[in-house]
Amino acid sequence: MDKKLIEISYFPGCSLATSAKENNISLIKFCRSIGYELIELEDWNCCGSSSAHSIDSKTAFGLASRNLSLALPDRPLLAACPSCLLRLQQTHLHLSNNSDLQNDYKKMWGKQFNKDLKIIHFFEMLSNINLPAFIDNVEIDNKNGKSKTPLKKLPLENISFVPYYGCMLARPPEMNKMPNYHGLIEKILSSLGAKSYLWSYSSRCCGTFLSASRPDIVTPIVNGIMGQALESGADCIVTACAMCHLNLEIRCSIKNPIPTLHFSEILSLAMGIKDYKGWFKRHIVDPLPMLKSKGII
Amino acid sequence: MDKNREKNLQLPLNITSKDIGYDVITRSNVNYNTCYHCRCCASGCPFVHAMDYAPHGIIRLLQLRLYEQALKSSTIWLCVGCNTCSSVCPMSIDMSAIMDALRQIALEQNIKVAQPSTLKFHTEVLNSIQRYGRTHKLEIMLRYKVKTMDFFSDMDVGIKMLTKRKLDLMPSKINDMEAIKKIFKPEE
Ligand code: SF4
Ligand code: SF4
Repeated sequence: MDKKLIEISYFPGCSLATSAKENNISLIKFCRSIGYELIELEDWNCCGSSSAHSIDSKTAFGLASRNLSLALPDRPLLAACPSCLLRLQQTHLHLSNNSDLQNDYKKMWGKQFNKDLKIIHFFEMLSNINLPAFIDNVEIDNKNGKSKTPLKKLPLENISFVPYYGCMLARPPEMNKMPNYHGLIEKILSSLGAKSYLWSYSSRCCGTFLSASRPDIVTPIVNGIMGQALESGADCIVTACAMCHLNLEIRCSIKNPIPTLHFSEILSLAMGIKDYKGWFKRHIVDPLPMLKSKGII
Repeated sequence: MDKNREKNLQLPLNITSKDIGYDVITRSNVNYNTCYHCRCCASGCPFVHAMDYAPHGIIRLLQLRLYEQALKSSTIWLCVGCNTCSSVCPMSIDMSAIMDALRQIALEQNIKVAQPSTLKFHTEVLNSIQRYGRTHKLEIMLRYKVKTMDFFSDMDVGIKMLTKRKLDLMPSKINDMEAIKKIFKPEE
């Protein structure tokens, strides 16, 4: 493909830049494979995570607003981590509705607040894309743009999963009219041949920072999630949040848990991106044996 | 923080601007008096079993003006702000914003913190951001261990994370540290 890539500003956030590098790299590669180049926001800072808004709202506001001030005006800003996304979007909303805050912003960052900046999640980008069209072995019916009979098999056939959103789709009331992408993981992965199983834990919060300060509370919660996932009979859990991924891996004390894949990883596999070995090395529960046995790799 | 907020809010009848409740309302922009205790929030909250008051219980305390009990509760420190409750609340009560307000008021008034380990963790995260502009997880974990004087629990998890390179040894520091200084110490 030598079509020109569409450039998008990209906010990786601290988790993807460090503990979840595999999430970061697979996301960047996957986006490239569907025509988008993610350009990292220059000199971005931490969004404040859960801690800033918990104990110091002013600092939380300052941290998020500096990131907003770094975004280029001519392109949307994509945040990969659901928690960073929420912080950035909420700060943008508060700024948009309040001229006093806009003045503070101008004083602080020396530029006008950009009300029109679009801050999007990776889901928003995917929701309008017909992924099978990007895969070589699928014949496309040009008339309606829908995929026709696959020439070979779809890339994710044989694999089953339970989708895990954690709390990423829950938002504060002031933002609950914004588009909600519940069901998107299922929709996209099914279109690539994978089978999605129903379970009741897809929107259960993973415990976030309590995993550090109160592991005694989080372990039973994570075990409950993993236990249900095992019971569902799925081959793996697919999550779109790096924090959820970490907690499911480090706080699970059940024997023989199924692997948890980042959504971006399984999408990259489907697109035929090959350098997955380095990503999976970073998982505590190695997904390679399962993926091999299913013929995915 | 936000001057427009006050105007938009209908203050509950029983409180004056000197009340802590007034402070909670202006900080959170939530009129908690509309809560009618359907308990949808409590039944959805993943951490309710560990809290001394269920989330709506905190609201009841506020409605009854039993502020001290609310500020001393473990609930405000165990709520992670996941918004699970708010997304099912029939009155659109932003619980997470109420908890943020209560936590910060508790700190300002030097109220005894019911879950010191959580506060220590948050403080270490903010310290890290103040030092580097980003979080450095390894250092946060180590400093947190020193603060809680708890060196040996969770060693296995730490080692697993290190061997899987989930904890970078060196922090990543942003260039414009002046900006971070400005954020942490805004000029009056
Ligand atoms: S769900 Fe809303 S109205 Fe119901 S008890 Fe909780 S806060 Fe009150
Ligand atoms: S936001 Fe807090 S009170 Fe509400 S469900 Fe999450 S942890 Fe419970």
